[in-house]
Amino acid sequence: MSFKAPDDLLPRPANVSRRGFVGGLSAGVLGAVATGAAGAETLADVPDRGPGADLSAHSDRSRFAKIDRIPESTPGKRNIDPGDAINSKTPHQRLVGNITPTDLHYERSHSGVPDIDPAQHRLLIHGMVEKPLIFSVEDLKRMPSITRIVFIECTGNGWENWKKADPDITVQNTHGLVSTNEWTGVPLKFLIDLVSKDSNASWMLAEGGDGAGVDRSIPLTDEIVNEAFVAYGQNGEPLRPAHGFPMRLVMPGFEGNLNIKWLRRLKFGNAPWMTRWETARYTQLLADGKARQFQLRMETNSVITQPSGMMQIQPGYNRISGLAWSGHGKIAKVDISTDGAKTWTQAQLSQPVLSKAQMRFQMDWVWDGKPTKIVSRSTDDHGNVQPDRQSFIAAMGTNALFHYNAQQTWSIDEAGRVRNVLA
Amino acid sequence: MSSHKLVLAGVLAIGPLAAPALAFDFGRPATPEEIKLWDIDVGPDGKGLPDGSGTAVQGKQIFANNCAACHGDNGQGGIKDRLAGGQGTLTSSMPVKTVGSFWPYATTLFDYVRRAMPYPTPGSLSTDETYAVTAYILSLNGIVAADGKVDKDSLPKIKMPNRDGFIPEPEFDPARLFRKK
Repeated sequence: MSFKAPDDLLPRPANVSRRGFVGGLSAGVLGAVATGAAGAETLADVPDRGPGADLSAHSDRSRFAKIDRIPESTPGKRNIDPGDAINSKTPHQRLVGNITPTDLHYERSHSGVPDIDPAQHRLLIHGMVEKPLIFSVEDLKRMPSITRIVFIECTGNGWENWKKADPDITVQNTHGLVSTNEWTGVPLKFLIDLVSKDSNASWMLAEGGDGAGVDRSIPLTDEIVNEAFVAYGQNGEPLRPAHGFPMRLVMPGFEGNLNIKWLRRLKFGNAPWMTRWETARYTQLLADGKARQFQLRMETNSVITQPSGMMQIQPGYNRISGLAWSGHGKIAKVDISTDGAKTWTQAQLSQPVLSKAQMRFQMDWVWDGKPTKIVSRSTDDHGNVQPDRQSFIAAMGTNALFHYNAQQTWSIDEAGRVRNVLA
Repeated sequence: MSSHKLVLAGVLAIGPLAAPALAFDFGRPATPEEIKLWDIDVGPDGKGLPDGSGTAVQGKQIFANNCAACHGDNGQGGIKDRLAGGQGTLTSSMPVKTVGSFWPYATTLFDYVRRAMPYPTPGSLSTDETYAVTAYILSLNGIVAADGKVDKDSLPKIKMPNRDGFIPEPEFDPARLFRKK
């Protein structure tokens, strides 16, 4: 493995030679880990062993592994004051495997992160039901539960590249609004039965307990009734506040905004409510000035995370790795091109492939040192193929702002510098 | 009861569980009074709109006191979302989406102001004040007259300029999705 991140991404002490630095990163996934001391040229340079730090109640990351999300505002407004941030992006360029660490799961919140005491939190379920009921968090935890690994993706993921490609951004900037966690909670179907939903109730309003009271209308298709759940667990622990503590809706495969955080109300009805979020916000403005509404499912997508934007690779052996996902179901295959989408080779997929979850793919590659472009293309088990950018823009225009799933191309120049390009 | 059995079957298929639980084991009934406290949503047909009313003239002052700091004096030029103008820009390379140029329903404006605004203290405006701010924002867009008034009867009848500007995704088109076969 020979790619490395530039100095602004990986902290490097002033006394380290470039050679030592590159050498320190030459083993596999270490591209994601910061080195805090000089590399070891020989085994004699490896520091002596000795007693370590005290055991603790909570384990933090190594001081050599600095990984953070990036709070940002609208496209192009990055690294801003957290007070002005509307989302915070996952550092995919530094992660391996399929599961996003809990504290690095992307966040999109519309009125900050409420500080909710679970003892005082309630879920009201009402509307077209026989028995409107109120549940506490403890009530939910006593119910039958399911556990499932799914991706959640902000509808705005990919929005940096609608109109142009800023060359100097990372995959965290381009694709940091999707993450995959394991969630535990109560099937929606179980709750629907508890309140005896009217069979004519075909839509459900889900509302959060945040300042904005974010609310979305959800069509009760068989798929959604069978797969949605109210989660209180995230990667084995209570939800983090940024992700909806003490409970949130999880809607596998659907717009992140539908996965209502801090869930406090479900109301059944027979038509959508036309909330601000499903009219003024999460609708896609097409070139003819009309906006596509209720495009609720997240599309077939993939991105190469290593090597990716702002990294630098060396000629010779390189391993290409990335993530693929689809709101329709399972990823069937991922193809990679290392010659600017002229020829394609099927990548290896992490097994077992899970439905509606991000899956790691990888491929060996020997770079000949000549400038080129690398790109990935996913296909799901429903036959949906991730579109190239040209066809995608031809269909959607450049104003849609949401639901961007065009293939991501990284260019590589003669020095091995990896940069974001449109195609 | 058949639907209850169905649920348990669905859950059991996922993994072994404790003994089947009965419906009345969970939660407690919600009283109508309690539901009223939280039942704030408003539909495009006006369902959920409360009694009361407000005028654009009243709304101008309320807007200046509660909204202008973020949204600008006339709903433009503020640090947060622009609320007025933008008509005719939706096909340009820089579309300006505002209440006047983009929002399809006036009822949504009342609902959103009531549930989410003013940002630091959502829910702090009275019903009449919420109607008044709604009327004022609509007047900034030429949708309600400068001396106009809105209430639960008039708001759903307003046809917003971009009411026909939306195309439902076929898979989830509300007009077709649950139509009886």
